[in-house]
Amino acid sequence: MSTNEKEDGSMNSTTTPASATSSSAARTSSLGDVATASAAARTRSEQPVGSGLEARNVHAWFGKYHAVTDMSLDFPTGTVTALIGPSGCGKSTFLRTLNRMHEFIPGAAMAGEVLLHGKDIYAPGTDVTKIRLKIGMVFQKPNPFPSMTIGENVLAGIKLAQLKISNKNDLMEECLERAGLWNEVKDRLNQPGGSLSGGQQQRLCIARSLAVRPEVLLMDEPCSALDPGSTLKIEETISELAKTMTIIIVTHNMQQAARVSDYTAFLLSDGGPGEIVEFAPTREIFTRPKDKRTENYVTGRFG
Amino acid sequence: MTIADVERPNPTPAPRILESKPRFSDRVFRAIVGLGGFSSLIILGLIAGYLFFRGFSILRREGLSFITSYEWVSSINTDGTLGSDPSTYGVGAMLIGTLVTAAIALVIGVPVSVFAALYLTFFAPQRIKRALITVVDLMAAFPSILFGLWGLYVLMEPGMYVAELLNKYLGWIPLFAVPVPVFLRSPFIAGLVLAVMIIPIVTAISREIFSQTPLDRIQAAYALGATKWAMIKNVAFPYSYSGVVGGAMLGLGRAMGETVAVFTVLNILYQANFQILLGAGGNLASHIILKFGEASEDEIKALMASGFVLFLMTLAVNMIANFIVSKTGRRGR
Repeated sequence: MSTNEKEDGSMNSTTTPASATSSSAARTSSLGDVATASAAARTRSEQPVGSGLEARNVHAWFGKYHAVTDMSLDFPTGTVTALIGPSGCGKSTFLRTLNRMHEFIPGAAMAGEVLLHGKDIYAPGTDVTKIRLKIGMVFQKPNPFPSMTIGENVLAGIKLAQLKISNKNDLMEECLERAGLWNEVKDRLNQPGGSLSGGQQQRLCIARSLAVRPEVLLMDEPCSALDPGSTLKIEETISELAKTMTIIIVTHNMQQAARVSDYTAFLLSDGGPGEIVEFAPTREIFTRPKDKRTENYVTGRFG
Repeated sequence: MTIADVERPNPTPAPRILESKPRFSDRVFRAIVGLGGFSSLIILGLIAGYLFFRGFSILRREGLSFITSYEWVSSINTDGTLGSDPSTYGVGAMLIGTLVTAAIALVIGVPVSVFAALYLTFFAPQRIKRALITVVDLMAAFPSILFGLWGLYVLMEPGMYVAELLNKYLGWIPLFAVPVPVFLRSPFIAGLVLAVMIIPIVTAISREIFSQTPLDRIQAAYALGATKWAMIKNVAFPYSYSGVVGGAMLGLGRAMGETVAVFTVLNILYQANFQILLGAGGNLASHIILKFGEASEDEIKALMASGFVLFLMTLAVNMIANFIVSKTGRRGR
């Protein structure tokens, strides 16, 4: 069974849960309960709302090193998708192919297609800066611009992309509000961005990403440098944001994946390039994983 | 009852002195590196002290007119004894010439260097980058006499042509006016040669600074839809500003102290010349080498005093630059 599934894990990943075996259901982890509870709480439809972003047969290389092989995923609008897997499985690399940040690394190459509303973002003649405006990114380490104040940081994207907006203060407040930071910083917008705590800085970075009004937000382990309290705040922010946009989050923290995401993809590299082992609604990944390797990972037996 | 009267049950203890006994070998090593650390200060102090000591009598005799007067007359008889006319020494013209040529070098050289550094850091493909860096480093090690000769024989003609154009179209600006049509061997052309000479060092330092721009900030800018130029302007420049100014100051130091290249190119005349296209000028260092060969005992002292003035000027310029950097440059780090 396992050899067959290894193939269709990536090819046909959104199959129905009917094929799940009773044995894996019996090994329901506590994470599964979390996933069920959070999904129910948000009462979000499990059905794709529409095709916002789509990766088709994406491969990625660093020089000769093949890091990601044949990853195809659909990210429906208004959903949170978590990419989980052990270190070196290519989840960050895959994430970075989704807004063309991958190509900044010298020697980086990719194959396949990434479609935003059906249009390939790698098509010749594409303005990369416009793609990144639509597909924003939050990084692992909070990185506000130290030469700018808190307020300037929020509007940095407007300045960097040379956008015209009518009311800067409204936008600033709206973005900080959505990032859950407004109440904490509204009286000190003129202080440098570096004066905030780590968790606040990360929410400032989220607010900064929101200011250019992206449709998709990529988050590359956004909480791995933060304490549990800050992590919780960011997760609340993610849930709030997911009502209006598509979020794809890379995380090492399986509880986090279970808490915030609607769909989860489990990625793995067995020495070779990373591939998608299983992609399913988060609840199924954590309660009825179809692949033995997924089950071993989510139950903490390796990785 | 005041606070002082209250006897505190557990008074804050005085901070303890924290010390550790270093090993003998550590102390020896410390002494050796300390010697190295202070060597530049000691050498610089010895040189400055020597120049001041030797030039002191001239400085006292001439007073302020040593740096304000434009006249440099050494009166000696054919047999080498002092002449009956009093000698008068003033380096005012050379001071002006030093500043003018160095300023021209900075105005031309720094933008070129910054562009070169930006290209090397953010645009050049790996192979071109490596080749260009080697060339730039080689250029920094080039002897200045070769720059001077090249400036004299090769750069003079096109430099004159540019100077004539500048004079023709911008001659109404006093800076570009030329009362007598002598375009040869002007401060402008000397400044051009100096610009070429400072480009390698300023490029090398700027490139080093630009390449240290934190990657996460660069990525943050790109992820927000920044163009390359927007990223450079808003991320790389704020971060690198103070370092680039530091590099420019090293270039300025080299331009102000340059001897042979200016001596070769410039028509050294003791007159205050702000008209940079006119073939007359000089700088302190080239003035020293010009006069040194046949100087009398008295004039040597005056040249030592000139050297001391050059030293003070370089010091002042560097201090001003440091001040500017410390006032404005730290915010982006």
